[in-house]
Amino acid sequence: MSWFSKTFSSSIGRKLVVAVTGLFLCSFLVVHLIGNLQLFKSDGGASFNIYSHFMATNPIIRTMEIVLLLGFVFHIYQSLYLNRKNNSVRKVPYAYNRPQDNSNWSSRSMGLLGTVILLFLIIHLYNFFWRARFGEPNMIDIEGTGYDDLYSVVVQSFQLWWYVLIYVVAQIALGLHLYHGFSSAFHTLGLNHKKYTPAIQKFGAFFSIVVPAGFASMPLYFFIQGLLN
Amino acid sequence: MAGNNPNSKPMNLTLKVWRQKNSQAAGTLETYQIKDISPEMSFLEMMDVLNEDLLLKGIDPVAFDHDCREGICGMCSLYINGRAHGPERGTTTCQLHMRKFSDGDTITIEPWRAGPFPVLKDLCTDRSALDRIQQAGGYISVNTGGVPDANEIPIPKNIADKAFDAATCIQCGACVAACKNGSAMLFTSAKVSQLAMLPQGKVERKTRVENMVAQMDKEGFGACTNIGSCAAECPVGISLENIAMLNREYINASFTSENV
Repeated sequence: MSWFSKTFSSSIGRKLVVAVTGLFLCSFLVVHLIGNLQLFKSDGGASFNIYSHFMATNPIIRTMEIVLLLGFVFHIYQSLYLNRKNNSVRKVPYAYNRPQDNSNWSSRSMGLLGTVILLFLIIHLYNFFWRARFGEPNMIDIEGTGYDDLYSVVVQSFQLWWYVLIYVVAQIALGLHLYHGFSSAFHTLGLNHKKYTPAIQKFGAFFSIVVPAGFASMPLYFFIQGLLN
Repeated sequence: MAGNNPNSKPMNLTLKVWRQKNSQAAGTLETYQIKDISPEMSFLEMMDVLNEDLLLKGIDPVAFDHDCREGICGMCSLYINGRAHGPERGTTTCQLHMRKFSDGDTITIEPWRAGPFPVLKDLCTDRSALDRIQQAGGYISVNTGGVPDANEIPIPKNIADKAFDAATCIQCGACVAACKNGSAMLFTSAKVSQLAMLPQGKVERKTRVENMVAQMDKEGFGACTNIGSCAAECPVGISLENIAMLNREYINASFTSENV
């Protein structure tokens, strides 16, 4: 085996892949959140539709889309591999076990939380990404140019209470996943230092609250708006 | 059987103990009643009393690992009421005292559970997998000779302290037992970082970490997910920082060592 494949098939090497892709996916969350904040602009969805058009057609974004997909694939594949291996180590389970006395539930449940996020992702991509790319949304005229009216797709989707609920639950799962994952990724990369680790942990906690809350605010905003109208 | 302390009332306890004839046999939890246990006894002394009782009844005594009974050798183990080395933090089972329990308690006692730690009999497990990790690189190759002068090699105080903290690992295996993934990362990291920090260990630094991690994986231990239960249950308080250092050492060695 070459040194390269030996490294990346070791337990630490695989974790390294999970950590690097995890941090990359965190950067995607930030971009996605900032872009989507345009949903809150009260211009009837004009800026959101223009932004969506840009995201769907710009060649750099389209290339990054493939990189992003690979990020997800590697993150999920290696996590599943490690999870399966880890679950097979203890062949006889403890009759009496109290893990709650020595660790956080979220830290122990990364696989479960990740699965919830993955299921959400499939629903989310099917409803928005798939329709935007391959569906036929209504066209809308913005300053003389025709755009796909994805804003209306978003608004209509979030009138359904159960659909909003799926989003909110998924964001709670994402928050818990990030609460462990963000600082854990730095730990796996070996980046631990008296000066920086406390800051990384604090930022990780902040990130795990603010980002999912930002995402959850969108379906809630349109749902409440729908109730008021 | 109570000690001299007038406040220490003897306790009656129900024990659920894992009994397993040998590594091939299937085991079960057996229930035993035990009377007049002094709160001043250590947990292992309580086990001795149980075994005396069992012998009198003609039952095979419970096999459990122990040696120094001073908390320094790392031989004792036991998963007590769902915790490695019992409910008290920072102690080995031999340093756990019965005063931590109350009269009428039920105590569940199981062996360390991990594939690489097969049960030999009852509560005894084979922990030689940790020895093999150590043998894969947890040493320095130096010529023996005269005793070197003290402080001949300058080592900063904080580094010496950190290396010593890592060196306090007694190789009991509680980290593996407590870990949801059955990972031996805290053990391996303590051994790797202890030597990586010191000048004498720097010579074999890269090869050491590569070989020890390879052996750790080969033994079938799980991968670390930074949960932290290992460090929380470690009787000598090995810090999770060592795992970050092991990751750093391994990544650095993998990409820069001469071992192709």
